[in-house]
Amino acid sequence: MEILVFIVAGAIVLGGALGVVFNTKPVHAALSLVASLFGVAVLFIAQEAHFLALVQVVVYAGAIVVLFLFVIMLLGVDSTEDLKVEPLMGQKPVAVVVGVAMFALILGGLFLSGKGGPEGAVALTGVEQRTVAYEEAQPEVDQLGLDLFGRSVLAFEATALLLTIATVGAVVLVNNRGGTRPVDEPGEAAR
Amino acid sequence: MELTETWFLVLSAALFCIGLVGLLIRSNPLVMFMCVELMLNAVNITFVTFSSVYGDLVGRTAVFFVLVVAAAEVVVGLSIVVALLRVRPTATADDFNVLKG
Amino acid sequence: MVEAAWLIPASPLIGFVLLLAFGRRMGEPTAGWLATLASAGSFVATVITFVGLLRLESADRFFIQTLFTWVQSGSFRVDAGLLVDPLSITMSLFITGVGTLIHLYSIGYMHGDDGFARFFTYLNLFIASMLLLVLGDNLLLTFLGWEGVGACSYLLISFWFTDPANATAGKKAFVTNRVGDFGFMLAAFVVFTQIGSIRYADIIASSSEMSATVATVAVLLFLLAATGKSAQLPLFVWLPDAMAGPTPVSALIHAATMVTSGVFLLTRLNPILAQAETWSVGVIAWVGALTALFAATAAVAQTDIKRVLAYSTVSQLGYLFLAVGVGGYVAAIFHMVTHAFFKALLFMGSGSVIHGMADEQDMRRMGGLYKFMPLTGFTFIIGWLAIAGVPPFSGFWSKDEILLYAWNADEIGGKGLWAIGLITAILTAFYMTRQVILTFFGRLRYADVTAADLRVAAEARSSAITAGVEEAEAAVASAVAAVEKASNDLVKKNEAVDKARTKHEEATTALAALNEGEDGYDKAVKGYDRAEKAKVKAQDALVVANHAVDDAKQAVTDAEAALAAAQATAAEQANVQLPLVPAAVTAVTTEIDAGELADYLPNSYRERAEYHPHESPWTMTTPLLILAGLAAVAGVLNLPFAHDLHFLGNWLSPSLFGNKAELTTSAGTKWVLAIVAIVVVAVAIMAAIRMYLRGQGDPERIEKPFLRDAWRIDSSYANFFGGPGRALFDLSSAFDRRVVDGAVRGIAAGIGSISRSLKVIQSGFVRSYALAISIGTVFVLVWFLGRLFA
Repeated sequence: MEILVFIVAGAIVLGGALGVVFNTKPVHAALSLVASLFGVAVLFIAQEAHFLALVQVVVYAGAIVVLFLFVIMLLGVDSTEDLKVEPLMGQKPVAVVVGVAMFALILGGLFLSGKGGPEGAVALTGVEQRTVAYEEAQPEVDQLGLDLFGRSVLAFEATALLLTIATVGAVVLVNNRGGTRPVDEPGEAAR
Repeated sequence: MELTETWFLVLSAALFCIGLVGLLIRSNPLVMFMCVELMLNAVNITFVTFSSVYGDLVGRTAVFFVLVVAAAEVVVGLSIVVALLRVRPTATADDFNVLKG
Repeated sequence: MVEAAWLIPASPLIGFVLLLAFGRRMGEPTAGWLATLASAGSFVATVITFVGLLRLESADRFFIQTLFTWVQSGSFRVDAGLLVDPLSITMSLFITGVGTLIHLYSIGYMHGDDGFARFFTYLNLFIASMLLLVLGDNLLLTFLGWEGVGACSYLLISFWFTDPANATAGKKAFVTNRVGDFGFMLAAFVVFTQIGSIRYADIIASSSEMSATVATVAVLLFLLAATGKSAQLPLFVWLPDAMAGPTPVSALIHAATMVTSGVFLLTRLNPILAQAETWSVGVIAWVGALTALFAATAAVAQTDIKRVLAYSTVSQLGYLFLAVGVGGYVAAIFHMVTHAFFKALLFMGSGSVIHGMADEQDMRRMGGLYKFMPLTGFTFIIGWLAIAGVPPFSGFWSKDEILLYAWNADEIGGKGLWAIGLITAILTAFYMTRQVILTFFGRLRYADVTAADLRVAAEARSSAITAGVEEAEAAVASAVAAVEKASNDLVKKNEAVDKARTKHEEATTALAALNEGEDGYDKAVKGYDRAEKAKVKAQDALVVANHAVDDAKQAVTDAEAALAAAQATAAEQANVQLPLVPAAVTAVTTEIDAGELADYLPNSYRERAEYHPHESPWTMTTPLLILAGLAAVAGVLNLPFAHDLHFLGNWLSPSLFGNKAELTTSAGTKWVLAIVAIVVVAVAIMAAIRMYLRGQGDPERIEKPFLRDAWRIDSSYANFFGGPGRALFDLSSAFDRRVVDGAVRGIAAGIGSISRSLKVIQSGFVRSYALAISIGTVFVLVWFLGRLFA
């Protein structure tokens, strides 16, 4: 049963990913992204990470992708992109090679490392890691909450600050008091 | 066949590489961002998998933070994209090469 | 008492510092007296140290007083120390003694000069440097003094530097010395490499361990240094030009002290000379001998009173080198001391002459000065006798000693060296006699008409004649004008005559016509009478006018004759024969007769004709007398008759470490050589008297321009360095520009081109950068996996 869930969810995830990469229209790509994210949420639930799955759906699928769609719609940048054209020489072939190499290397690291767990991490990277015990019995939310407001409170506050800064930055960046006109000169758009 | 964590890890590796290739291939800024989201999600899957395997809460906390930071990143990134594409709606990532040389 | 040694250089150094700070404020003559006092203080300190040294046993006379640590660099250490031994004290005695006398002399000589205080500042610094040179206990301190005296020499030669010729002479001295200094430094390095120390004590102790080759190299390099400082061939060229400095400078530096430092150095390093191969020491002797001969030939033809003495100094220094080369160190020091006395005396005497002759230096304009300057003349004669080698004056004893050692040195061609020394002695006697006669005896030629005067007079005369011719031409022109005027008058008178005649004819006609009528007859008779009278008047006027014309024509002829006469006279007198002025100096030249030019001679001639030479003040004559006394009796320092009389020889033997050459000549040979020397000197003196005082013989055959220009060695240097030398310099500068600078610029250009080719990578495309990052990540992963398996 679990395998079936995994296979279905996995297929959705990978299919959505391929859809993002190969769809010519941005809107279609965004919708594929949504599908992929839902698949990831299912995989989280399969791992007993219920809270995280919830957060995933609410934040990623609910906010971020919506943001993407807003931008697409507002700016009207729904133009079709031609995937065959490549202005940079050799970009596509090398990219494919790099992707395949990366996949192979990650798998190699996965299968060929003899040790697992924190010791394996130490063996692979040479760096010590921090560990906190996770109880199966306790609800994940409680444990996560205790950790966030306990040991990780500094990081928590910092990310809160980060979000504030990001919001302020976003407002500043798109502030358009002077007004802009669309231009066709290449390079001028960067000013 | 039993569902071991290896399956999850292979899946996340594949997802990561697809996202990587997509980032390198596509030139539409918004689609490039979406590929970045794919890569981040792959990493999230990996964190949760290892957290379950070794009973370590750190993984779940890490996912939490990755999520938040990804959100912030998307906010700022998209506002930049908006600022750029407002002027030239048909621009792609290749048109912003003023830092050449 | 020997510990007073540090006062010897300290006293003039303090004088220097005080004069540097307050000299200008002190002014004349306080600055001079302060400097003299500092120098005298140094002399007193030297005497005290000398007495202290006398009290020590002969073998102990080697005292080092270390003042402070000067250089400390790793294991290399040099102390500033003073080495007090017989050699250095002897040198200090005559340096400070003669130096003090010259300070006193300069107070009188530099009277009225703007740079009075500056002069004494430099003089004191010079004395201090020279004392450091001789008293230093290591090569570095000696070198400090060496360079110091070179610098002071430059400062003092170009003392009147506003005249570019003087500044150039100073520079020439310094640069030529520098060539020698280069030899000194290399020699010091060689000694240090071989022995490991530059202290004289260590050098003397380890000299026997030096290999012959290294010692030879060191000797030759030190010879180069000495050649520069002591003005031997080929680096002598600066000394004649150094006469551009004030005479006290010439006396002190270029006669008594600085130029002897080369000989001092070689004597101080006699252990190294003993260790070196014989031929290298022979080189020293031959360089000295040839220089002596060469300089003596040049001195014979000089006309400037100081240049004779300059070449004479070069020649005598050659004797010193000869003495060192043949192993006669005592003879060298003996001659150095006597030479200091008589050469300083001669220079100061010539300075006194120049002072009394209103800065005239050409001997052809002097003569008969003995009756005007008896003291100067007397002391100068004593100096002459000393340098010529007339017994019993000091020069004879010291020169004879050198010739004896030369005869003795068979390994390096001693007989030839002796012969050259003898010929040089003959020439020395000859040219010094010539100088004395031309300056002090014979006729005072100062008021003579010179070629320059005659030229000026001839030019004045020819312009006067030209003026006379122009006047005559003007007279002719005015006469011609008068003739024209008279002719015009004549024409007018002729017309008047014609008019009167016409009236007369009309009146006659009227009379004849009116003869028939009575009434008109009277009128006509009266008219006839009037017309007659008019005619007569007109004819008279015509005659007068004719006379006027004749007179005017005569005047023209006269004027033209006068013009022709004037032009003829001018042509005849324009080629007035200038009386010949001989190029060579003859003491008995009869006065040149200016002849017709006498009226046209310039004012400077008249000033010279009325000038009276005068004797110098006591500050100048006192040192002359003291030095004359010393030059006369200094022979007693080292008489050759008995071993006990070898005061100087015995005194100096601790410093010589038994390296003196052994004399193997018999007593008989010594007497014969001495008598030969006396005879040839007497012959030379008589030949000079015959040629210059009696006027027999032709001086022009001896005083050739080639000799006067010192065999044109100096000008050939100038030509070489201006010509091929300059080409070499240009080559090396081109090398520096193209190769060295080119390499530096080339590296910069290379880096630029590399960066230009690498610039391509930064394309500005974000996706290329992303691809590059991904490739890098792949490599990092490969490395991680590698760690896993390593």
